[in-house]
Amino acid sequence: MKKKTFWLVISLMLIAAFVFTACQPAPEEVGGVQIPDIEDGKFNVAIVMLSNHDDGGWSQAQWEGINYLEENMDGVHTAYLELVAEGADSEQVFRALARKGFDLIFGGSFGYMDSMEVVAEEFPDIGFVHISGYKFNGTNFGNMFGEMEVMKYAAGMIAGSRAKADGATRVGGMATFPIPEEFRLFNAYALGVQETCPDCDVDIRWIFTWHDPIVEREGADSLFDAGSHVVMTGADTPASALAAADREGVYGITYDWVGSCTIDECLTAPYWVWGPVFVRITEEVQAGTYPYMADYFDASTGGVALYGFMDGQELQPGVASLPADDLAKIQAVMDGAAAGEFDRFDVFAGPIVDIDGNIVVPDGEFMTQADIDQFVPGAPGFEATYGMYWWNQNIAADLPDL
Amino acid sequence: MAEINNTKSASSWKFPFRIKIENRVDNPPKWLSPTLSVGAIIIALLIGAIVIWMGGGNPWAAYSHIAKYSLGSVGVLSDTLVKAIPLMLVGLACSIAFRMKLWNIGAEGQFFLGAFGASLVVLLPILPEDAPKWLFIITMAFFGMLFGALWGFIPGLLKARYNVNEIISTLMMNYIAIEWNNYFIYAVWSERGFQMSRMFQRNAWLPRLSDLSTRWPFFSGLTTHFGLVFAVLAAIILWLILSKSKWGYEIRLIGDNPKAAEYAGISIKKNIVLVMMVSGALAGLAGMSEIGGVVHRLQGAISPGYGYTGIIIAWLAKLNPLAVILASILFGALILAGREVQPAGIPTLIQGMIMVTLIASDFFYRNRVTIIRRVED
Repeated sequence: MKKKTFWLVISLMLIAAFVFTACQPAPEEVGGVQIPDIEDGKFNVAIVMLSNHDDGGWSQAQWEGINYLEENMDGVHTAYLELVAEGADSEQVFRALARKGFDLIFGGSFGYMDSMEVVAEEFPDIGFVHISGYKFNGTNFGNMFGEMEVMKYAAGMIAGSRAKADGATRVGGMATFPIPEEFRLFNAYALGVQETCPDCDVDIRWIFTWHDPIVEREGADSLFDAGSHVVMTGADTPASALAAADREGVYGITYDWVGSCTIDECLTAPYWVWGPVFVRITEEVQAGTYPYMADYFDASTGGVALYGFMDGQELQPGVASLPADDLAKIQAVMDGAAAGEFDRFDVFAGPIVDIDGNIVVPDGEFMTQADIDQFVPGAPGFEATYGMYWWNQNIAADLPDL
Repeated sequence: MAEINNTKSASSWKFPFRIKIENRVDNPPKWLSPTLSVGAIIIALLIGAIVIWMGGGNPWAAYSHIAKYSLGSVGVLSDTLVKAIPLMLVGLACSIAFRMKLWNIGAEGQFFLGAFGASLVVLLPILPEDAPKWLFIITMAFFGMLFGALWGFIPGLLKARYNVNEIISTLMMNYIAIEWNNYFIYAVWSERGFQMSRMFQRNAWLPRLSDLSTRWPFFSGLTTHFGLVFAVLAAIILWLILSKSKWGYEIRLIGDNPKAAEYAGISIKKNIVLVMMVSGALAGLAGMSEIGGVVHRLQGAISPGYGYTGIIIAWLAKLNPLAVILASILFGALILAGREVQPAGIPTLIQGMIMVTLIASDFFYRNRVTIIRRVED
């Protein structure tokens, strides 16, 4: 009896599968619901994203980038997949896209790294470009990131200047996870603060999430409670600005997405401009010249930006009212970044002193890309001398255990 | 006994038929239960279709896409099975506990502890790095089950000894398990500062079908792994235990009528602890197979809520271990291909709908519903 039922269900499932597959893929994109698939005769590009496409942060910036790619390149068809968990789910998602025949697949989160490496090996004709990781194979799997630390440095100058102008001596930062990227970005921020407000200290707290409106809000509130005049977030949501809006005379700095800094309590937002980056990579992949190595683009490419300072934008009120000489300094950094004359190596130029008074980078010395990317000792063949496991001297926080 | 009268108005005219609902006294026919399950799924899919349609999508295209990209070719079928493996094991874990009316909501935590136990073998390490693959498989499975069972033992003992509500204790222990793993990911086995362990060496990976592709190219890209053997074996063994053995009879009797079981001299307390441990061991094995077969390192995001989906699977399978295999494949297909429908959320909604319609369909199992003519009154 039971056996019979099983076979019945199995046959029903099989019949359903055949029936469904027999009928032909009518246009599979209708209204707001879409299913990623290739279009014959076009160059098909997909992006896999961690969060939802309208998260107001990291993933939305990527989604707008992929749309920019479709609109600005002829013969390119794009698709996205959102809310793909790292680890357990991602390998199958990448393999499914590869099987469908996408020509180039972007992975939008750090945790996709292993999956992309494995699937790239199976599909040597398909390009895989991973945002924010460190692995690459030189043939069809590369990683890519950009010089956000220059924007964070300028944001730090803004925060310091605002604090000094208002008679405050503390600014804050919400860091996500103790990885090299976060040390890099918050050290850059602290170095920027040091530039405009030598008397300020920087209160850094870990929130251990990339995207959680409630945790981010609580983190921002705790920083304001502890006396921060400006709070910058390393995570996705505009919580730092929203928390500032509920208080008197304090400010937030948001991150990731151009549209995240809308209210007056928001000073600025360092954000990603993926569109031109995706276009460049797609062109190089089509031409067969993309190297599939560690592709770290400079601020001068326009891939990273600072809200208020870009073409067609206006300074937020909290920035426009800063002392003129500070504004000139900040503008000089932005101009230098755009011209390629001020880059991450200038941000992390010696002398740099850590919270214990030790010299991290001596006067006249510079960090290398390996230092900026990693902790000591770094990967074999890409060894770091200084690394990123330190806090700048003006940071009022302990170095976390790793 | 409830009655719903389809009266049109207060006038003397009455609708000639009415719905009569009465409690079942006899055993429902055997075909009823699977029919209700299938019906529940169909209704859930219909509701999902309405949502897709209202969102501007074409439900038929969406569902045919789901079918095509979950069962339509060998490659995707293999991916569906990969998704189904952990679901089978946690589904079994929930089934055996629920059969005794022991509400183990902790499969998620036991899954994480199983993954932790299996990782210990590689990372502590318990076995030398170059130990043979078969030894790694056996040892990792053993430690995965051991740690899962331990995570089941604690709430089992609390329930047996102090009558602590197992729903609360198992649910809360899920959070402890996740944070327990996080401690090791953040502080002990962190690789280069990132919140994950190093990747396991190849001989600690469960064999995959694609490993055979050097000899048979047909298998290339097929990621179905050895965990499937664990899952199917576990289902058969559990089915034999539950339906053929004395212990299985005890479990069912305790579930159906604990008083009668007590009179029959069955130790309920002993069985609470034992069943929680077996349940935990199965969920732990799921964690081990996911770590060894799919993720290949210990990290935070190893389960998109398998432990909770296992609850739905156990219900869908009516706690029948063999039916768990089918229910898991169905859910594997739904999760795998459903994830492609953008924006995401629709497949999750359908899963939730299936759970709700299933529970609702229980009404028809417990009650006899007939439409009768009024004149028969």
